[in-house]
Amino acid sequence: MTATLAKAERPAQRNRALRRFMGHRGAVVSAFLLILVVAAAVGAPVVEGWLGHGPNDPDLGKRFLPPSWSYPLGTDEAGRDVLLRLMYGGRVSLMVGLAAALASAVIGTAIGILAGYYGGRLDAFLMRLTDAVISLPSLALLIVLAAVDLRKVGIPDSIAYSEAVSLYRIIVIISLVGWTGVARLVRGATLSMRTREFVRAAVALGAPARRIMLVHILPNVLGPVIVATTLSVGGIILAESVLSYLGLGIQPPIASWGNMLSNAQEMLTQAPQLVIYPGLAIMVTVIAFNFLGDGLQDALDPRAGE
Amino acid sequence: MMRFVVTRALESLLVLALMSFVVYALIGLMPGDPIDIMLAGDPNMTPEDRERLRQLFGLHLPIWERYLNWLAAALGGDFGFSRNFNRPVLEVMAPNLGRTSLLMGASFILSVLIAIPLGLFAAVRQRRLADYGVNLFCFAGKSVPPFWLALMLILVFAVELNWFPAGGIETVGASGFVDRVRHLVLPVTCLTLLNLAAVARLMRAEAISAMRQDYVRTARAKGLAERRVIWGHAMRNALNPVVTVIALEFGTLFSGALITETVFAYPGMGKMIYDAILGNDYNLALVGLLFATLLVLVGNLAADLGYAALDPRISYR
Repeated sequence: MTATLAKAERPAQRNRALRRFMGHRGAVVSAFLLILVVAAAVGAPVVEGWLGHGPNDPDLGKRFLPPSWSYPLGTDEAGRDVLLRLMYGGRVSLMVGLAAALASAVIGTAIGILAGYYGGRLDAFLMRLTDAVISLPSLALLIVLAAVDLRKVGIPDSIAYSEAVSLYRIIVIISLVGWTGVARLVRGATLSMRTREFVRAAVALGAPARRIMLVHILPNVLGPVIVATTLSVGGIILAESVLSYLGLGIQPPIASWGNMLSNAQEMLTQAPQLVIYPGLAIMVTVIAFNFLGDGLQDALDPRAGE
Repeated sequence: MMRFVVTRALESLLVLALMSFVVYALIGLMPGDPIDIMLAGDPNMTPEDRERLRQLFGLHLPIWERYLNWLAAALGGDFGFSRNFNRPVLEVMAPNLGRTSLLMGASFILSVLIAIPLGLFAAVRQRRLADYGVNLFCFAGKSVPPFWLALMLILVFAVELNWFPAGGIETVGASGFVDRVRHLVLPVTCLTLLNLAAVARLMRAEAISAMRQDYVRTARAKGLAERRVIWGHAMRNALNPVVTVIALEFGTLFSGALITETVFAYPGMGKMIYDAILGNDYNLALVGLLFATLLVLVGNLAADLGYAALDPRISYR
């Protein structure tokens, strides 16, 4: 027996949630926009096949070309196809955003449930830690973490110098500082769950603490966690773009929306469109995730917010 | 009250001490090695020299001992030298600290002064066009890549319109108060816009919930002018939770400042830390990060105390 709602009540509640979500126009439009962004990211290789050139093929004879049939958005300062780079960059942004949000949610949920369930000194310690991480200048910390030499932490050269490592590294470091919001939220929810009858009944029946936390408390705090995780994706995509812009995130030749802007300052006078496209892509995607989170909040957690 | 201040100050100190160790350890993990850098500059050095130098600078010691040595020196006021500037770290940092405080302070005050009326304005016109406009603006402000906003400001106001300079703090040769202010306009605008959205959105939500309270209905029922009801009753109560969140937002404000400074080539703490990390200036990066943390912690503490001053119901025993 689990402690969530009885099965018969679920469809009704789900319908109500769906109706509330559909009533949030911004969220519906955003969901549609995000489907388009995902489709563009997934379909990048197909478009690459049509156009007949890759996203990372430099051609110095074709720098700063205007839009044409073979280069729908023109070319950048190295003669690479801007549209293809945007589509492949979308893959990176979505992957980093979703993976880091998920990892942060897992860390935050674990810390929040432990703190809320055990209380006392463990709670005090974990919450002080959370407060401390929140109060830090996180971007500066991310920059230091991004600059760490992986060989010095004992990671072999073959991995430390591989092309994909910048992708995994950024997911890990963002998760390391991004879990605090979820931890606080889950701790609060756990505290109130701990006093509910079904949890006390489980304790009285002698259920082990692990089971109570995983089976009785976790399913009941998932709603707010889903909302908070969706809302965090946007911020994470922004963080990734900032680090990549600063040259500390995704490393070329892999295209990301952030590193497409690394040379932006020099291009501003020469080819401002190259600065405008990636920025718009980031902004539209992040706004969409934020609206989506807002809509989910209305749907799943109607008492929060206004 | 006094006890609260002391407890909070001690907590902040503890965070700072922890942060100093973490950052010290992380900086040690950055690429390159100070000795290697010295060796690269002098081809006559032998491996024996290298070992001797390591001993001389205490680099053969375990990280704990190195940290404690550094801490002892730092507490005595010796923060070491900046490798790239060849000057004591504090001397390099001091003017940057001032300039960052100016940038952050001006943007913070401006954004709060604009955001609170803006949030209230939207709350009073809930679900009307003006409200949707403010709401969309807030979402956009929260979603814009900070460095891109800075780039767009440069594109429009420096490149296209040529109203303000694109970066730096003064025109070479032509120093003067007006010139300095002109250089501040774009960075301050950028950081203000970044901070504005979050505060306005929160203010709107809090004002809406405050407007539903009984005391607002009472105030209306006893015939107070709408203006008094909104500013005197709804705003005062909506302000408290807003201040709590602002108190926690100083870290975010500093992150925004770091990006703003980097894009506008504004020589502040953020740009200094960034340049120091990229330039392997270990001491400057370490001390810069610690002072940035200190700045954020002091900001948090000040906002917390402001909270107590604003809300007479709160007494920090």
